[in-house]
Amino acid sequence: MMKHAALKTDIPMLDFEKPLAELQKAIDKLKSHALDKGEDFGEQLKNLQLQYEQNCQAIYAGLTPIQTVQIARHPHRPLFCDYVSLLCSDFVELHGDRCFGDDRGLVGGFATIGNLKVMLIGHNKGKNVTENIERNFGQAKPEGYRKALRLMHLAEKYDMPIITLIDTQGAYPGLDAEERGQAEAIARNLTEMAHIKTPIICTVTGEGGSGGALGIGVGDIICMLQYSVYSVISPEGCASILWRDASFAPKAAEALKLTAPSLLQMGVIDEIIPEPAGGAHHDYRKTIDAVRDAIIKHATKLSKLPVTKLIDKRFEKFSKIGKFQQ
Amino acid sequence: MGWFSKTDTIKKIVKNDIWIRCESCKAHVFKQDWKNNLNVCPQCNFHGTINAYERIGLIIDAGTFKEINQSITPSDPLDFVDAKGAYREKIIETREKLKLNESVVTGTGKICDIPVSLAVMDFRFFGGSLGSGTGEKILLAANYAYEHRIPFIIFSASGGARMQEGTLSLMQMAKTCAAIARLNDRKVPYISVLTHPTTGGVSASFAMVGDLNIAEPQALIGFAGRRVIEQTIKQKLPDNFQKAEFLLEHGFIDAIINRKDMKKALANILSYYIVK
Repeated sequence: MMKHAALKTDIPMLDFEKPLAELQKAIDKLKSHALDKGEDFGEQLKNLQLQYEQNCQAIYAGLTPIQTVQIARHPHRPLFCDYVSLLCSDFVELHGDRCFGDDRGLVGGFATIGNLKVMLIGHNKGKNVTENIERNFGQAKPEGYRKALRLMHLAEKYDMPIITLIDTQGAYPGLDAEERGQAEAIARNLTEMAHIKTPIICTVTGEGGSGGALGIGVGDIICMLQYSVYSVISPEGCASILWRDASFAPKAAEALKLTAPSLLQMGVIDEIIPEPAGGAHHDYRKTIDAVRDAIIKHATKLSKLPVTKLIDKRFEKFSKIGKFQQ
Repeated sequence: MGWFSKTDTIKKIVKNDIWIRCESCKAHVFKQDWKNNLNVCPQCNFHGTINAYERIGLIIDAGTFKEINQSITPSDPLDFVDAKGAYREKIIETREKLKLNESVVTGTGKICDIPVSLAVMDFRFFGGSLGSGTGEKILLAANYAYEHRIPFIIFSASGGARMQEGTLSLMQMAKTCAAIARLNDRKVPYISVLTHPTTGGVSASFAMVGDLNIAEPQALIGFAGRRVIEQTIKQKLPDNFQKAEFLLEHGFIDAIINRKDMKKALANILSYYIVK
């Protein structure tokens, strides 16, 4: 059983975590009581903590898809900036698409992960309102996708693996984005990423929102964090179209099969990276260590393949995705 | 029969049997006139949707079209059920009604004697959405072009990825683009013709990365839906927003060509590709 650090009280609780919040309250109360009275409640405390552990395991083992969506969107979930500080020993951010501007919602640069020199690219959500406005809530515009492509071509030139971290609601739906060719920018990335001559490892760390996610999501290996989601449309969007009511989002989330285990089974992704019980936001270090292990493992393996074989295998991989009858 | 139900019946007859209301200029046009004019509005030149086989008839030399992979059809990989019922049932209904197995028809044929591989989307089949079967058929048609080194042409008409197939449909965007990337590696021409409407995941994949992107007049082409954008930016959008003319102005398509001239234009463009 995974040793679980008690939930930090400053983390906002999701509705389905209420029983845990109550237990945590009881534990805290007992602790302060013990301190005040100078008595030993060791046995009771142990019991409560055990109950907490068991409850936590039970809740997280039986998450519904919409609950997984809530965890994937958790305001305290580790973001690109957390990965930069805990995953990399060095990061040199590179700016601009050389055509229009520098998108703050999708960023990248040279990074050192373990002994590897890589190109790290990812969606850049913010921690607060000010950051989120500057970064457009991690919803990239065409210049973001074009910058990503520029950096990928640079990685190809320097023979370094490309590591992408996916966490976006979707590409930005705005007038300016359409004028500058949102569709073309994403389409170009999909086409170019299919034959870029260096290994590409993609990891969905939070929300994998449709074309905006896929725009940096074509690679040799696609990983997902255990409680991340990856979908063609948001559950709310799907519900408002097919149920004519966004409040049917839980049903849509179930129907869309957007969780990591479902996608692994369908052959969309290659690996699930485990998260600590309670989700990535309860233990950044543990989560990001697991991501690092996966990246290093795959990058080492892929770098041994001759380039032509790498590209052929990537083509075959995507050729096989899909289920139909004949 | 009360007055109101009578009017309803009349309305129905008018709507279904005799008249067509142009989506663009709202003019009422005789259905026969509309059809004789290749589903193009005689008033405003809006190019409406046209089914895949009619389109092929307009583009490919008579008697040269050979369909491939006709039997590929959706399989409901998610057991998807929504408010209106099961996807599985809807597939059966749609197939029977349209005598069509997927949202794209693929094959080979000749355009003014030039051999091509062709994929034509049909908007009637689940809004021309990109499902696993659609992606597979486009991949195989592109692979045919790759192996035989003949030009590949796609006529797009689609609302985007097919929600009922979840992330598998999203991945068809990557799959089809990978096939286009291989054509580029081998210098095989790929021409994308964007017809009304080409939006969402189809505009953000194979439809936008042609060597040439050609559109029909007034075709709706764009990534995000108009309503979504209006809600996001809280502004009214210009009238020509996401129309073919808007895309031409912003540099995303090479030319706007009338349906009746499309075949000749394609043949002329392909004449610049010389097989070595």
